[in-house]
Amino acid sequence: MSVAAITENYTGERLDRLENFHGNQVIYIGWDQHLMFCAPVALALPPDTLFSTLLEDVLPGAFSQHPDFAAVDWDAVEWHLNGDEFKPQPGKSLIEQGVDHKSSIRFSTPGLDGIKGSGS
Amino acid sequence: MSKVYIALQDNEESHYIVEAIEEDNPDVTVIYQPAMIRIECEGHLVIKRETVEEKMGRDWEIPALHVNLITLGGNVDEDDDQISLTWNN
Amino acid sequence: MTSKKLNMKEKYSLLTRDLEWEYSYRDYEEIFKQESFEGIKITDWSKWEDPFRLTMDSYWKYQAEKEKKLYAIFDAFAQNNGQQNVTDARYVNAIKLFLTGVSPLEYQAYNGFAHTGRQFGGVGARVACQMQALDELRHVQTQIHAMSHYNKHFDGFQDFPHMHDRVWYLSVPKSFFDDARSAGPFEFMVAIGFSFEYVLTNLLFVPFMSGAAYNGDMATVTFGFSAQSDEARHMTLGLEIIKFLLEQHPDNVPIVQRWINKWLWRGYRVLTLVAMMMDYMLPNKVMSWQESFEVYFEEAATSLFKDLARYGIEMPDYAADAIAEKEHLSHQAWSIFYNYGHAAAFHTWMPTDQEMDWLSEKYPNTFDKYYRPRYEKWREMEEAGERFYNPTLPMLCQTCQIPMGFTDMENPTMTSYRQSVYDGERYNFCSNGCKDIFDYEPEKYVQAWLPVHQIYQGNCGGAEMEDVLGEYYRINLGTDNLDFHGSPDEARWNAWHNLQPAEDKLKKAS
Repeated sequence: MSVAAITENYTGERLDRLENFHGNQVIYIGWDQHLMFCAPVALALPPDTLFSTLLEDVLPGAFSQHPDFAAVDWDAVEWHLNGDEFKPQPGKSLIEQGVDHKSSIRFSTPGLDGIKGSGS
Repeated sequence: MSKVYIALQDNEESHYIVEAIEEDNPDVTVIYQPAMIRIECEGHLVIKRETVEEKMGRDWEIPALHVNLITLGGNVDEDDDQISLTWNN
Repeated sequence: MTSKKLNMKEKYSLLTRDLEWEYSYRDYEEIFKQESFEGIKITDWSKWEDPFRLTMDSYWKYQAEKEKKLYAIFDAFAQNNGQQNVTDARYVNAIKLFLTGVSPLEYQAYNGFAHTGRQFGGVGARVACQMQALDELRHVQTQIHAMSHYNKHFDGFQDFPHMHDRVWYLSVPKSFFDDARSAGPFEFMVAIGFSFEYVLTNLLFVPFMSGAAYNGDMATVTFGFSAQSDEARHMTLGLEIIKFLLEQHPDNVPIVQRWINKWLWRGYRVLTLVAMMMDYMLPNKVMSWQESFEVYFEEAATSLFKDLARYGIEMPDYAADAIAEKEHLSHQAWSIFYNYGHAAAFHTWMPTDQEMDWLSEKYPNTFDKYYRPRYEKWREMEEAGERFYNPTLPMLCQTCQIPMGFTDMENPTMTSYRQSVYDGERYNFCSNGCKDIFDYEPEKYVQAWLPVHQIYQGNCGGAEMEDVLGEYYRINLGTDNLDFHGSPDEARWNAWHNLQPAEDKLKKAS
């Protein structure tokens, strides 16, 4: 049973299907141990956005207020995509490396654990 | 045994009801909090019309409890002469 | 001849009997179309009993008495400029959240019970739903009346029904009730009558209201307690419903268990708002969220589920998850609102030193370790003139619609992530509870109107955030939103009490 409904074979409208985002897809990015940003952020970006663009142009806008941000060693960053380990390729687009609509990316920055090491 | 509880608004009328509850249920704990009185008891608690009437010095019917009631916990049994709360565990 | 006075039980059975009739020319199934599709089996409606056996005459009599008391206090509050006598203008922000987030739920409950009552073949259940619908209508009306006085003196109250339908954090309570009302009639009764009324409303209407009293808000404590006195009846009814369903047929047990699991978690997530109201928005403290939770959830729910064990009903698994979060919930909630204080129709702020010390004392295992350093950093930023606001929209949970600010209780500095793929699309969640609810009925929750996604789809006004917040949400920017410090609310409060903001004092001293 996919829903308890009065009508048989009831289906619901998928409100967030890719076509509704005018050429963008939504992706989420969370920075581990930096809960000064209370939740992962949601971004609407074209699927062919290069990962390097995400790193250089988008992430600073989201996270640079944190004092740790300037100290991030991007070569040492560990990434997860939808729960699995992930090695992003900066020269490839999001979609080319499996970052599809409503994918969730996490990154951790070894050695940087937030305000006074509190995970904030 | 689980605790049943009832909370009443902290006002004149409730004070008589609390007095009656204390008389009919010697084991109750009465806790005064801002604007409210919480009354707890292991397993069972009863409010008897007659006792409340005696404390108030006038007629009082059980549904009038609702005017000062805030909340309660337990299985409710109500008739013309009493209202009780019970947990059978 | 003397007529015998009827006792309560006789009066009640006469009341209900006279409202029932025989269905002679239509089929029962045609009249009560929604009674069977959820899988619930009712064999004998006459077993339904309202434990309070309230008849209409005594209902009107005592409700009228409650109203008279209530309005006398509203009048006294307004005539004596009660708004000036609350502890602190920050407190009023809890009331703004109440009016925009909770009062419209009372109206939804009215709609829900009016609709649901029509669906039941049993007259006792119909009468109970009718009375509850009337109660709920009374609640929304008295709440609007009480808070209309604050609307004359503080910002952020003006457009509450409009905001309830649109603003991002208000989609949390709104979607909770939409979910319940779009369920079948029995699920609605378990959702609202039992899980919400019995297990959860106490947390909102008892310790928070006691706190309102302690902060000088006579109007709010009075409508709160007056509403909760009706809730005491609703709670009793909620428990009767559960027992009735469980006694009617053994096949009902697993269905009811699943609904209890679901709605306890759904309701608990909505109460996240109450957690932060308790710990952060009451300047005079009565008890912490954790303490209230222990009394009104853990202790009360344990007694209740022990009582239901004889039917084979167990405490939901998610109750353990809720209990595990009790030392974190309010701080995580306040962090979310502090992050997005520019997008809220009420003010946020950093606690004072004294308030932080109270939080440390009440939350010895968590506050200093996880939250104080964050708050001190935010305060430092504010003092440097760079009050922190999160510039990017948050990821939301598909089910509860709250920003994903909850963490893994095994590792409290790690965000809790859950994901499902359904029909080729990804869906993200904050918890096992929210994920399981989606997985069981995905066709319902694929329809969730998630505010962040709606903004990105262009459905909430213009492309700029100012258009979304100002025009689509109708937040008066620079007035209703942002930090309490520097707000017109603060300036008015200081003028009433001849207080000076700290900055001015510093300037004068230098």
